[in-house]
Amino acid sequence: MNAIAPKPILAVEGLTRHFDTAHNLWGRPTHTVKAVDGISFTVAPGETLGLVGESGSGKSTTGRLVLRLEKPTAGRIVFEGEDITGLKTHQLIKVRKKLQVVFQDPYSSLNPRMRVGESVGEPLRVHGVVRGGAEQRDRVAELFRRVGLDPRFMDRFPHQFSGGQRQRIGIARAIALGPKLIVADEPITALDVSIQAQIINLFLDLQEEMGMAYLFIAHDLGMVRYLCHRVAVMLRGRIVEMGPTAEVFANPTHPYTRALISAAPIPDPDREAARRRLPYEPSPPPPEAELREVSAGHFALV
Amino acid sequence: MALLEVRDLTVRFDTGEGTVHAVNGVSYDLEAGETLGVVGESGSGKSVHVLAMLGLIPKPPGRIAGGSVRFDGRELLTLSERELRKLRGREIGIIFQDPMTSLNPVLTVGTQITEALVTHGLMSRRQALERAVALLDLVGIPEPRKRVTQYPHQFSGGMRQRAMIAIGIACEPKLLIADEPTTALDVTVQGQVLDLMRDLKKKLGMAMIWITHDMGVVAGIADTVQVMYGGRVQERGPVRAVFNDTRSAYTWGLLRSLPDHEMPIAAEGERVAVVATERQRLYQIPGQPPDLFQPPVGDPFAPRNPFATKRCLTEVPPLVQAPGAVPGHLVAAWYDLRAQREKAA
Repeated sequence: MNAIAPKPILAVEGLTRHFDTAHNLWGRPTHTVKAVDGISFTVAPGETLGLVGESGSGKSTTGRLVLRLEKPTAGRIVFEGEDITGLKTHQLIKVRKKLQVVFQDPYSSLNPRMRVGESVGEPLRVHGVVRGGAEQRDRVAELFRRVGLDPRFMDRFPHQFSGGQRQRIGIARAIALGPKLIVADEPITALDVSIQAQIINLFLDLQEEMGMAYLFIAHDLGMVRYLCHRVAVMLRGRIVEMGPTAEVFANPTHPYTRALISAAPIPDPDREAARRRLPYEPSPPPPEAELREVSAGHFALV
Repeated sequence: MALLEVRDLTVRFDTGEGTVHAVNGVSYDLEAGETLGVVGESGSGKSVHVLAMLGLIPKPPGRIAGGSVRFDGRELLTLSERELRKLRGREIGIIFQDPMTSLNPVLTVGTQITEALVTHGLMSRRQALERAVALLDLVGIPEPRKRVTQYPHQFSGGMRQRAMIAIGIACEPKLLIADEPTTALDVTVQGQVLDLMRDLKKKLGMAMIWITHDMGVVAGIADTVQVMYGGRVQERGPVRAVFNDTRSAYTWGLLRSLPDHEMPIAAEGERVAVVATERQRLYQIPGQPPDLFQPPVGDPFAPRNPFATKRCLTEVPPLVQAPGAVPGHLVAAWYDLRAQREKAA
């Protein structure tokens, strides 16, 4: 770790989420799914940490735990130096202002009967930033322009927009209160290829302008490599490798990371013809395995 | 004679809000044993044109407004539903994107594989079951004898997709149509399925139409690539030619908008904690996809095309051999992308 590294905006320590999926006659759990199994990581201000892994690896659950949408079984979530793990719903309100979310499908996260301008302005009103009326409309118009939407669209309903436009609306809502961290859960997966680039550029522009950090959950390695400063690879609820993106992609150490990178399709017929995929049957990492530093800031499970 | 001859296929959907011009005159040939990758975004017509030729679009609202599709010398568009059903599964296998919704949850996987074999009268139920075990083994499912008696929910996502492939190839079809078959899969599983399909193609010698939006997947599996936009074919040709000597501005935009897979690697041990200010932006195709209720009169991509000429806006360009390109490399463009790019550079 670098001595001048700033204090993290988010620090997660030993985060764990177990689901008991079966119980015996006495209500004791007989089968437990370890969705997230004691993971630790930090996100620095203005930094993008990518979280990658296959479905069921626990990456989305990690995002939900950080957002406090789910209760951890064990571990701590420290946001801006404050332990938010045990905060009650009403205490979380002031945290929500600075900790926002962008979902995969903005259609299911926008109220279909609410005009999109209202949806974007709602957090501003709820947190008492504006009092509604013209003041709110002005702020929403500004947010619309910022995410590349025509403010005249404010009075339309979600179904009147394309997938890419709806994702812009979701982003406008997320940045309304000037958050310090946005958890983005597969925000481009449902979008067409030509629209993905537009949304990724928007994420980059907004980070540059507003300086917020992203926890970017994705399975598209190409985009993660492009967008994220650091990346953490998850497998069966554990982080098996974590480090600066370029370093992890250049020198993947854990066999699973190597298999993952070797399997990502490359839009180049010559390189595809020459490729050899590294076979790997993912198995749960042994419980005693630990993350060790293999190079500066680059950790792998050994 | 090609295995599949599509001529001027035109598909419309009559909805309460107007007529959707989903497929607007698509023509191509597919040879026996050839793998065609059809690339395009939502609304490009890549899936609909294939569903239409198999009689799988709901009518109404769908309707085939024109054209002809000949498979192995037979016209498909005039076949009755009964004749089509005989064809599907037996001579033309189909694999869909989501195995969870296209597998029947209350039938065993074995029953679903043998269904086509028994229905088409190819073999007895007993023989078919043996064949199902062999097929599950072929697609790489461990313990096939046990698995054949299980239900879809007992399979993982990747295993379900393999079971779908087993169903698709059960009758050893001449043509296998795969609609986004790996989109829902994890990267490592997708890689395994792609390897499996390449293998099966060699073993069985069948032709394939592989529909996808993933340029990386197409680069790895297709002999020929066909890029669709606004219900039309924009470019078509041997996979290397389309990727390395791109002639359509849309294909070019799509390829450029992908993150650079040859990105320079940062110095080892770099610890990034601040915003990278000098990071380049991805290329963005400007604008939005066309309105299929009111398709543009000219080239559907023209409004988003920085190289468009006046003619592009008023007249649909025909799909013809690209000048100076390898034989069979076709493009629908009034502009000359290669000359324009050289001029710009």
